[in-house]
Amino acid sequence: MHISCKPIVKGIAEGELLLSTKSINLLTITDEGIINDSSHPLNGRSIAGKILVYPNAIGSSVGAYKLYSLKINNTSPKAIICKNSDLITASGCAIANIPLVKCDYEKYNYFKDGVVVIVDGYNGLIKFLI
Amino acid sequence: MFLTKDEEEALEGKYGDAIAIAYKILVAIGESTEADRLIPIEWSHVAGVNYNTIGDAGLKFLEDLSKKDAKVKVKTTLNPMGYDPNKPRNLKSEFIEKQQRIINAYRKMGIENSFTCIPYEVYQLPKKGTNVSLAESNAAIYSNSILELKTNKESALSALASAITGKSIYSGLRLEENRVPKININVKHQIKSELDFALLGYFAGKINEMSINFSFESGIDLNDFNIKPLCAALGTSGSTGMFTINKKDNYVENFDFTQEDAKRIKDEITNTDKGDLIVFGSPQLGIKELEILNSLINKGNRKFKKRCIIFCAREVYNKAKKKGYIDNLERANAEIYCDSCSCLTPLVNRNEIDSVITNSVKAAYYLRNWNKVNVSLKSMKEIVNEECI
Repeated sequence: MHISCKPIVKGIAEGELLLSTKSINLLTITDEGIINDSSHPLNGRSIAGKILVYPNAIGSSVGAYKLYSLKINNTSPKAIICKNSDLITASGCAIANIPLVKCDYEKYNYFKDGVVVIVDGYNGLIKFLI
Repeated sequence: MFLTKDEEEALEGKYGDAIAIAYKILVAIGESTEADRLIPIEWSHVAGVNYNTIGDAGLKFLEDLSKKDAKVKVKTTLNPMGYDPNKPRNLKSEFIEKQQRIINAYRKMGIENSFTCIPYEVYQLPKKGTNVSLAESNAAIYSNSILELKTNKESALSALASAITGKSIYSGLRLEENRVPKININVKHQIKSELDFALLGYFAGKINEMSINFSFESGIDLNDFNIKPLCAALGTSGSTGMFTINKKDNYVENFDFTQEDAKRIKDEITNTDKGDLIVFGSPQLGIKELEILNSLINKGNRKFKKRCIIFCAREVYNKAKKKGYIDNLERANAEIYCDSCSCLTPLVNRNEIDSVITNSVKAAYYLRNWNKVNVSLKSMKEIVNEECI
């Protein structure tokens, strides 16, 4: 099964979904890829190696650099799925070469933590391996 | 997104790697925001200067870019860096060396060493309606809402891409229809202090709308002392890039903001009601705030009982020095830093400081989550009343 979505940054990645219902201030993510924000539901969780799903980035414009930094440290998400228009995430993924697609994932009930998908940022597809 | 032939070629590398990277960023943000084309901009304000925010990876990216001969095409100003070079205190030499390398990389690209998050108070501004690209969120929100300039709430990288290409995407808040708010917030209680405005901003940012209207039921004092904290807090909690005030319209949705909401937000951000250090700044203080603080401390006749650090823009410092505010504040035991600000500052260290009192919601958010100190929020007036003798 697959869902079509808008490709934003090219690339293909396979991994487990990690869903954040709340937007993320990327500057609060540590170099190890841990969300370090006392007001965030995923506080303490790692985004490293995941397919990160969130509405959009919020807060500091410097959050874009964080994605690049995580990539250099091998602690970045493998790909990102966003719901909203988002300059911070798009620009960060562009220089970090992290595949990025835009998708109204809340419409579908099979976006769940731990589900394995392939994100295709060339053709705009999310393939569910179930 | 449509690219002209020249833009296509630039993306493919005809004009070198630096310009190609800048176009790659513009294409990504263009696709993300459904832009149909690129348009010229006249001023870019770039963030990502403080070594503590961009780290070694950011330093490497900027040095690589400057070695690829990246040069800015439009007037470009810079956000604060990590410290005041005139007052390095006991910062590690590694921090200072890497901070200087970041500044050198930007200088090589032709960017002014402005180091301010309030460029709207320091620089001559383009005329109303001009498209600009401002990465600092409080500056983007202030410029859209108060100065009637047009910018998206840019990312550090999208503003840099705009600086290098002289262009940005034609989408978001550059389109008139998106500048008209669809969401209204009815402010039900009397908003008085600058902290009240900031708590409102933090509340509104969470709604995550491009543009928002505030309807105040009682009179408010709209000046920079109140508006700047509102912009900064709005930019911290969400992605909103613009607001209007008391604009009558048929809104898609209305929210109430009550005294209880303000208290809930304050409780969410803070975790103590006292502190061993006072911090003023984020955004950097302007002349208005320094004037008010100067008068609250009775021109230096009242003194801070504990350490107090103030961040302000270098140009503002020079102006305030002439007016005597700086000498008065120093007489009151305050330390004043330029070129830097409280967000991710190395000056506040968990090993030395347990808790901070500030009037800035933005500062409180980053001090707690990044510097890992406990934070307390009070208005400037309350701070002076409680912490001065």
